[in-house]
Amino acid sequence: MSVAGPPPEPLDPDDLALPEEEPMAGFRATSRGITARFAKPEAAIIRDLVGQVVELVVADIPAPGADDLAAMVGISDAAELPDDPVLARLLPDGYRDDPEAAREFRRFTESGLRSAKVESAKLLLQTLPAGGGRVRLSADEAEAWLRSLNDVRLALGVRLGVTDDFDGLSEDVLPDDPRYAYIQVYQWLAFLQGSLVAALS
Amino acid sequence: MSVAPVEVTREEADEEALVDKPWLTIVWNDPVNLMDYVTYVFQRVFGYPKPKAEKLMLDVHHKGKAVVAAGAREAMERNAETLHGYGLWATVSHDT
Repeated sequence: MSVAGPPPEPLDPDDLALPEEEPMAGFRATSRGITARFAKPEAAIIRDLVGQVVELVVADIPAPGADDLAAMVGISDAAELPDDPVLARLLPDGYRDDPEAAREFRRFTESGLRSAKVESAKLLLQTLPAGGGRVRLSADEAEAWLRSLNDVRLALGVRLGVTDDFDGLSEDVLPDDPRYAYIQVYQWLAFLQGSLVAALS
Repeated sequence: MSVAPVEVTREEADEEALVDKPWLTIVWNDPVNLMDYVTYVFQRVFGYPKPKAEKLMLDVHHKGKAVVAAGAREAMERNAETLHGYGLWATVSHDT
């Protein structure tokens, strides 16, 4: 596990650039809900990454079984751990040493898990203005943000090859590395998610 | 009436032992999930008080995994499903 650090330094000029003038303050609990303010590029980054996770989760959905009722109650033919490592992390096996039980578990849960992830992402996208600005969340919306930001961090973590030695990774990746900007974003999202957990606690 | 056999068969004994032993929900360490987030999820999903949730989180962090619940198989599967919804790496296993 990891710890959310302080807000990272603003990013360099890039389409991932975070605004320099106003450091990100994160979420706060107020009497009128859980609020945060996002600059336009910040909102754009979050919306882009959340959208990518949704695409991944809805794409490549195993075809529903011939049984319409099974499809209706969320039973799918999905049996195996997805090949894509990000999808495998987002939709993990429910049994570690029992492949048969893992297949059964997946058949009964994967479709619902995919839908839940898409629902959380939708709620986040509905409450985050594309142009940035103030976000004010109900408890349910905050919960959706929490899950969705976590999915994005899991996806980035897999793509970046994050291990327990995150400091080692961030030192090894130099500014000319294509991963560099995403490491900054990853850290920023950790800070953001940490502030949301604190606001909800 | 017949006399009850003194010895139960091996299969019967094994079956009984299986019924008695609970199933477990296990959460595995991963490098991405935030420590505070995992504590929050344990409180939210299981209703554990913060000190207990924090202790379980630290067990996951330091020992690589922790048993977060025990009981009937169906309940443990529901736990794993719920925890997957939060992005935690949870599995079900039989206590052996």
